[in-house]
Amino acid sequence: MAIFRSQVLVCGGTGCSSSNSAKIKEQFESKIEEMSLDKEVQVISTGCFGLCEEGPIVVVYPEGAFYNKMTVEKVDRIVEEHLYKGRLVKEYLYEDSIDEDIIKSLSEVDFYNKQKRVSLRNCGIINPEDIREYIAKDGYMALGKALTEMTPVEVIQVVKDSGIRGRGGGGFPTGVKWGFAAPNKADQKYIICNADEGDPGAFMDRSILEGDPHSVLEAMAIAGYAIGATKGYVYVRAEYPIAVKRLEIAIDQAKKEGLLGKDIFGSGFDFDVEIRLGAGAFVCGEETALIASIEGKRGMSRNKPPFPANKGLWGKPTIINNVETLSNIPQIINNGAEWFRSFGTEKSPGTKVFALGGKINNTGLVEIPMGTTLEEVIYDIGGGCPDGKQFKAVQTGGPSGGCITRDHLKTPIDFDSLVELGSMMGSGGMIVMDEDNCMVDVARFFLDFTVDESCGKCTPCREGTKRMLEILNKIVEGKGTLEDLDTLEELSETIKNTSLCGLGQTAPNPVISTLKYFRDEYEAHVTSKTCPSGVCQALLSYKITDNCRGCTKCVRVCSVDAISGKVKEVHEIDQDKCIKCGACMEACPFDAIIKK
Amino acid sequence: MKSLEELKKLRDESKKNLEMRDTNKKIRIVVGMATCGISAGARPVLQTLIEEVDKNNLNDVQVVQTGCIGICRYEPIVEVYKPGEEKVTYIFVDSRKAKRIISEHIINGNVVNEYTIGSEEKRK
Repeated sequence: MAIFRSQVLVCGGTGCSSSNSAKIKEQFESKIEEMSLDKEVQVISTGCFGLCEEGPIVVVYPEGAFYNKMTVEKVDRIVEEHLYKGRLVKEYLYEDSIDEDIIKSLSEVDFYNKQKRVSLRNCGIINPEDIREYIAKDGYMALGKALTEMTPVEVIQVVKDSGIRGRGGGGFPTGVKWGFAAPNKADQKYIICNADEGDPGAFMDRSILEGDPHSVLEAMAIAGYAIGATKGYVYVRAEYPIAVKRLEIAIDQAKKEGLLGKDIFGSGFDFDVEIRLGAGAFVCGEETALIASIEGKRGMSRNKPPFPANKGLWGKPTIINNVETLSNIPQIINNGAEWFRSFGTEKSPGTKVFALGGKINNTGLVEIPMGTTLEEVIYDIGGGCPDGKQFKAVQTGGPSGGCITRDHLKTPIDFDSLVELGSMMGSGGMIVMDEDNCMVDVARFFLDFTVDESCGKCTPCREGTKRMLEILNKIVEGKGTLEDLDTLEELSETIKNTSLCGLGQTAPNPVISTLKYFRDEYEAHVTSKTCPSGVCQALLSYKITDNCRGCTKCVRVCSVDAISGKVKEVHEIDQDKCIKCGACMEACPFDAIIKK
Repeated sequence: MKSLEELKKLRDESKKNLEMRDTNKKIRIVVGMATCGISAGARPVLQTLIEEVDKNNLNDVQVVQTGCIGICRYEPIVEVYKPGEEKVTYIFVDSRKAKRIISEHIINGNVVNEYTIGSEEKRK
């Protein structure tokens, strides 16, 4: 094997890829070749580093130099200075990573030092398209250990003892789930990896598949051994092309190395994995709908029981685990249940990955021990809201969850504490909202999503959520009444109690929680017909203040001739004509136009 | 894959390529690679050091390059940082000397005094 003196790691996750990281990698390669350094320096594409806000990200080893917001133009200088002459290009380095000219190790940077990376341990460190790099990080050792040294019962016991709970949202103990399927007698059982990550703003599973696909495959094989399944499916959405491609490569390489296929580790155990692409329906994240989709039927949920562990795919016992849950399994087998329990809380052991998004400085992927407070995640890791704006609330659990307010920022995050607050862990999306977000509008946004994604099988979800959305639309248009708020609450209760599957049962959550914590905002919309945050267009009006110098710029941009006035005199907006497009406000050089 | 042993072997072979990405190593060897260093022949020195570290499986040693150290007349310069010891600066290093530095200083723990900047200054 060639020995390199330096390695350039370029993030190849979806976030950085969309901001051109593939071109950056190419430029590194061509410049390095031009400088005849290609025998000395290796360029590698990795998975997500987590700090997507600062992307595209490039890390140069052995120094561990963290270059952020990379561009193709910056590459030549880094090759000439850093790789050729050994001089770091300081002005391109991530500000937080240098301390008086010394590069801090990545784990010391604020964004990373409160994190504990278990699921993401290889993301941004290994090349996901090279099985050797995964093996070098003890990859497939857990599968080897399970197959050669443990019985299936022992494997299930370790997973049970670890206390790991399903990371996809439900929080059901994984070991218990496996224990349901194991004793069932059947000629065929199945393992399904649920990679149908559908919450708006969530990208944990995608990043794991992109950055460390083998960890998921290894776990599926372990699960297969534990319950006696020889066949696995990864159900992944077609909107994740990079994840799908890396999975395909990973499956291929694992088969070549004999880590999937027949008689693995000479144990007589066979396991094979196939990919099934989903078309991106949110409901297919629900177990029974997912199974229907794999079977080639329309993705609709059905009544439980029978549970998939007894009657799942093609009527056979099936275990469905989420990507993040699975990625923890090999390490639990390698390090033991106690090790896993050393992180997190008593009832929610381990770590959890969150996708931080919305009004937050460090947008990205973070992994923290359960029990970390929301405050630590949002302020210490996330860096708070941009532009010094006031934090208002955070939505956890996506469209199935609820919002959590300032008053509860000290809450330690775990499965149960979030449910107590009327929200839920969900798959781990965390959308931060600041003073500029209207909570009615937020609730409307999520409900709009669930209405779109309802499969239509059961009436409460199909009709109920639609009626709720109509009411919310009425409210943001300024046509709502106080009775509407009561109707919303009543509908929410009914839909929650009577829907067939998790989609409907949780769909009203954003409305319930915003009504609970921000009822005053709803009331402002219906009684005084104002939107306190200045978001709902229909409730706003543009006004020209005395700062107006009469420059007539606004008159010229107004497409409906709503502005009138003489040159060098204060102008006026005709509210009846105004369509509230905001063009005048943008055009005004004196900030004389306000939105109220 | 037929046995756990086979996997372990493959793991140990594969580890080398990832060694570099561990930035918490104890011993650091720094090679001056500014224009002065390169023109004096620092590049083959760096290459030799990396090869020797690899050949001897010195997992706790990190070889990095740096810019101009400031004493260009002594290039190629190699500095060795070991925990609990003072920094040792070797001067006029070439591939042959680099091999000796690895075997005597890094592996056996004896500073190669005759190559150090101190002995050169004394000679004057």
